Order: sequence, then structure tokens, then C-alpha cells
Amino acid sequence: MSSNAAPTRRLNTAKAMVEAIAREMERDEDVCVMGEDVGAYGGIFSSTTGLLERFGPQRVMDTPISETGFIGAAIGAATEGMRPIVELMFVDFFGVCMDQIYNHMAKIHYESGGNVKVPLVLTTAVGGGYSDGAQHSQCLWGTFAHLPGLKVVVPSNPADAAGLMTAAIRDDNPVVFMFHKGVQGLPWMAKNRRSIGPVPEGEHVVPIGKAAVAREGRDVSIVTLSLSVHHALDVAEELAAEGVDVEVLDLRSLVPLDTEAILATVAKTGRLVIVDEDYQSFGLSGEIAARIVEHDPGLLTVPIQRVANPDVPIPYARALEYAALPTPARIKAAVLKAVAR
Amino acid sequence: MLIVSTKHIDVAAECIPTHQLLNVAGERVPDRELDHYVAKLTESDLADFLRDMVVLRRLDNEATALQRQGELGLWAPLLGQEAAQIGSVRATRDSDFIFPSYREHGVAWARGVKAEDLLSVWRGAQSSGWNPNEVNIACQQIVIGAQTLHAAGYGMGIKFDGTDDVAITYFGDGATSQGDVSEAMVFAASYQAPVLFFCQNNQWAISEPVALQSRTQIADRAQGFGLKTWRVDGNDILAVYAATQAALAHCRNGLGPTFIEAVTYRMGSHTTADDPTRYRKPDELEQWKAKDPIDRLVKYLHVIGADVQSYEQRAQNAADELAAQLRAAITAMPDPAVDELFDNVYSEAHEPSVRAREGYLGYLAEFEGEGH
Ligand SMILES: Cc1ncc(C[n+]2csc(CCOP(=O)(O)OP(=O)(O)O)c2C)c(N)n1
Ligand SMILES: [Mg+2]
Repeated sequence: MSSNAAPTRRLNTAKAMVEAIAREMERDEDVCVMGEDVGAYGGIFSSTTGLLERFGPQRVMDTPISETGFIGAAIGAATEGMRPIVELMFVDFFGVCMDQIYNHMAKIHYESGGNVKVPLVLTTAVGGGYSDGAQHSQCLWGTFAHLPGLKVVVPSNPADAAGLMTAAIRDDNPVVFMFHKGVQGLPWMAKNRRSIGPVPEGEHVVPIGKAAVAREGRDVSIVTLSLSVHHALDVAEELAAEGVDVEVLDLRSLVPLDTEAILATVAKTGRLVIVDEDYQSFGLSGEIAARIVEHDPGLLTVPIQRVANPDVPIPYARALEYAALPTPARIKAAVLKAVAR
Repeated sequence: MLIVSTKHIDVAAECIPTHQLLNVAGERVPDRELDHYVAKLTESDLADFLRDMVVLRRLDNEATALQRQGELGLWAPLLGQEAAQIGSVRATRDSDFIFPSYREHGVAWARGVKAEDLLSVWRGAQSSGWNPNEVNIACQQIVIGAQTLHAAGYGMGIKFDGTDDVAITYFGDGATSQGDVSEAMVFAASYQAPVLFFCQNNQWAISEPVALQSRTQIADRAQGFGLKTWRVDGNDILAVYAATQAALAHCRNGLGPTFIEAVTYRMGSHTTADDPTRYRKPDELEQWKAKDPIDRLVKYLHVIGADVQSYEQRAQNAADELAAQLRAAITAMPDPAVDELFDNVYSEAHEPSVRAREGYLGYLAEFEGEGH
């Protein structure tokens, strides 16, 4: 686990990511960064700010505008011994490069009889809430988590972003690192106060596959991830005043998924609200429900509440977009329903 | 170690030449191949070009201002690309079908899309500002390069139907790196489909200079796919207009697909969410200001002894009128109603989706008045 004794300083999530990358680049000269606008621009969501100045254009490479090109090339470079961090600017663009991701990145190790490793990190910005339309606002983590051969991590806060980034870079598997634009702590995004937080100095690794109890509670569990963790914690604080004690589980990793942590919180409270900014059907929320029921349907004392995208493309118009997103109001209503208030 | 350097290599001598009919001083330069396509243009046609470009620049500035004032979610300015857009679209005919990117506001507007309809999409007031089948221009494409494949297929359809229309697709220099764009050229060439690929090389793809995308001229690459290709000064409206006429004639005559690289410059930011001072030097902008497409035409009008002042005045009046009316229309535009959330996800209602819609709208109604 993270070295808790280490001193910390407050960073936003974007800076925490960058620091973790820089630290690994110092440590291992095979770590390099590739993608669109990752150089002078510093990543359009500030995920690579300052790396070009620090490590130069041989290790921080702006690439031609071809996701298939640079992801495919990163895979090849990874098989050659590099450890590329490759940024897909918006996860929504996975459509133009999915063959490289799910048939190659995810399967080369398998197809080669375990002889060829693909140690790369695919970072990508996810999520909506700032009027960017149906092709720039999706989460799609359920889509990636569905594909064997990829690990998938989705940090919600600066410390986890740093710790999971470090773990992802050191992992010999391809790891998809999905960061929500709303948790980056960018000045031009909605302010979520939890986007800035303490990050340990020095070595800090968050193991992939371990959820975190973001808040302990007795009455009802919210199982969620990414920006929705912020909303869930806000709702939990609000409801504490009304005598409802909410536990919040931040999944952090989808592959592997920490089933024990899910079962433990549900066993504790008997009531479950799943908050998922991704599309509702055929996705994470259904998977969580299935794992619980497969284990013991008796753990739940009331029906599961799901707060997720109602299977519509994400609208650009703000009023419509917020009707589709898992807002604090919708989370709160779901919690109250679960506790029959 | 992987190395991507952004240094230009020298462009080989046998590269496709860059056509220019108006030099930077606004003087007419003879061009044996293209002169013929502008021979019939009258002074009044030139004055119309001027008016179109002035009005378009105003539309663009007004949209940027409206975005700054919170009336639009985002805007992708076309400042500097007026000649490339107006010169090309004015050479098309109404039955040609256009597949644009997010920056081709001038193309849509010149095709008859009302400025407020165009901006309504960027405001989020409606999902499509126009019916593509009414104006023969598709919705603006934001996934880089995807529209070029649609143009290839549309061109194949035209050929199948046996008309002499052309499918025209617009895209940027950055887009040429996408597999989709290469694949579209392969398909158009393989089927000899009537498709014009119109690349506005505005020197930048967000923060990436064009040299990162291609070590040869983009036009030289297109030629390698077997497309009849022209490279033009994209800030010279006469050259753009003439080359587009030539390309369309080639397509209409059943001679296969064509490609135009219009060399221009994105004088503004990539979008209103971008700050270009992070990655480009101010003197570059100054150099391109000297090649401004509107100034160029004004100079030419002086050269030919036209009454420039009256044409400029007329253009200015049209621009003022459009700007005032646009602002009034946009600021009065209501937000879409929440019950539109499920509209058009499928082409027809089917039972589970109807139930989902009703269930969800009922659920949302419980939150009425609570905000988010
Ligand atoms: C498939 C895909 N990848 C990346 C992006 C992000 N993006 C938007 S515009 C742009 C640059 C495109 O440059 P260019 O083709 O030259 O067109 P310009 O913006 O200069 O008009 C990029 C990378 C995108 N929209 N779609
Ligand atoms: Mg460009």
C-alpha cells in the first residue's frame, strides 16, 4: 500500500499524474510519452504539462494525427523494450483505433504464448459535464473493461492518480488509465474541491485491483468511481446531517475489479446504490450487481438502485446533458430510496 | 529511441507547383492552366467574393464574441481561411454534396445555411442546425477525417446513379495523417468516384505544425493515390476558385477523384478553448497577416480600377446587418426541452425505448426545480 508516513503536498490530479510520470521517466529511461498535443501544449487536459521541457522531444513525442498510428507504434515500441505512455486525447476516439487496442495491445501476450510483453499505459480523458457533445463526453470504461488482456484503472483523486500511474507504468501488462476531465483540477472546468488533495512525496504506488473505502458508513453503500466519487461524498456529507450514514466505495480499478471490497460493503449495509457515469445497459453497474448476486443474493435487503446514463448519447446542450449525468441530486434521491426515506 | 523531429526537409523540385493568380500585392499573375476558369468572372462577381468574405469574417468574429459571452459552448474560428472556403464553395453547384469538418462555417453559410442555424448547434440549442438533405451539406464532422470516407461512398453512389454531381469533402492538414483519409482516397481512386478532396492546410493541427504530419507537400502525397491534384495559394480566392472549377470539371467528366491542397493559415485559436501563444510564435502570425485573403482581393480591385470604397461599404453593411441579426437570434434562442433527451436515438420508436423514455422522464420530473 501507499507509504502513509511520507510527507505530502497538495496537488491537483493533473499535476499528480505528471509528477508520477516524470518520476518514472527519471527512474527508467525506457519510459516515453506519445500522443497528440502532449508536447508544447502539455496535453489538452494538462496530463503532460512540462514533460517536454524536462525530458526533450525524443522522449515526449507529439505524433501525427493518427490514433491507429501512434497506438500501434506504441505497441511495437513496447515489444521492443520501451515502456510508452500513449495518450488517446478523448476516449471517444477509440473508434478509430480499436483494432490496435483490443486485438493487438490486449492479445499479443496471449497470442505469443506469453513470450512477448506489451508494457504500455494508454491514458485517456473521459467524462462529461462541460458541454462537449456526444463524441467528446463518454466514459466507456465498461467497454474497455469488457476486453480480456487489458487492465483498467480509473482514479478519482490526485493521490490515486499518482499511485495508479506509477503502478501502471511498472506493470508488464497494457494498462488503460482513464482520467475524468472533471477531476483534473483544471481552472477552466467545474471546480470539484476533491480534485486538489494531498499526494505523498517520494515513492507512492497504489496497487492495481484494490478499491478504497472513501467514506465509512453503516446504512447504505454507494459503489462508484471517478468524478462520481466526488458527488457521492458530497451527498454522503449532506445526508449525514439527516441521519443517514453512507459508505462510499471508490473502485479505482475495474480490471481487476475488487469484488471482495464490493461484497464487504454490501454485507455491511445491505443496501446498494451504484453510480456509474457510463451507459447503464450491459456495463459496470450490471456487472457489480451480478457479482453480488452470484455470491449471495441474500446480502441485499432492498433492491439495488442504479444511477447511470439512461442509454442516450450525451447531449451538448447543458440542460439536456445534466438530465443524463449522475448528478448529486439523482444520487441523493437513489440513496433515500434505498433507505426508504 | 523513437525520434520525431518537426524540422522541414527541403521539398523536391518536381513537386506539384503552387498556383497563384493574385500575388501578395494583389497583382494578377498569369497561370496557363487556370486562367481560363476565371476568365468569365466580372467585377461584380469579384465584389460578391469580397462581400462574402467580409460577411463571413464578421460571422466568425461575432461567434467568437458570443462564445466569450457565454452564449455558445464552443467555437472553432476560421479567421484567415475565408478565401479557401468561399472560393471553393462558390465553384460548386447546389446538387453537389459537401462533407465538411467543424471549421467549414463559410462553406455551410454560403450554401444557404442561416448563420443562426449554424451557431445554434454550437450553442446546444439543437443537435443539427439544418437538414443535410435540404442544403446538400452534411453535419459538421468533429471526429478527424471520418467524413472523407463518407464522401468516397457518396461519390460511389453518384457514379452508380449516373449523374454528374460531385461529392466534396473538406478536412485539414492534420487529418491527412488519419488512416480514414488515406483509405477514402484509395476507395475514390479504386472506383474512380467523383470526389473532390479539399484540404485546407492551415499549417497547424491544434499545437502540431504541418511538418509533423508530412515531410512532403500534402498535395504530393495525394498524387500518389492516383488523384488529379492541385496545390493553390489558399489565401488567393481566384486561385482557389479556379482550381476548384478545374477539379469539379475533372470529376464531372468521369475522370475520377481530385485533390486540392489550399495553403492557408489559421490566424485564430484552434477553438475558443485553445491558447495558441502556448505553442506558436507571434511573428508567424504577422507574416501571414501580410497575405490576408481579404486584403489581397481589395488590392486587386484597386489594381483593376474598381470603385473599391463602394464595394467595401456594401460588404460592411451586409456584415453589420448579419451580425446584429445573428446576435439577436442567438441570445433569444431557448434551451432545448429535457424531453428531447431520447429523441432520434433510433429512427423509429420501439417498445422498450418508449418505456425507458417515459420511465426516465417521469423520474426526472421528480427533481423539477431542484437544479442539479
Ligand atoms: C479522431 C480524432 N482524433 C483527435 C481529435 C482531436 N482534434 C480535434 S481537431 C484536431 C486537429 C486537426 O487538425 P487539422 O486536421 O489540421 O484541422 P484544423 O483544426 O487545423 O482545421 C485534433 C487532433 C479528434 N477530434 N478526432
Ligand atoms: Mg490544420
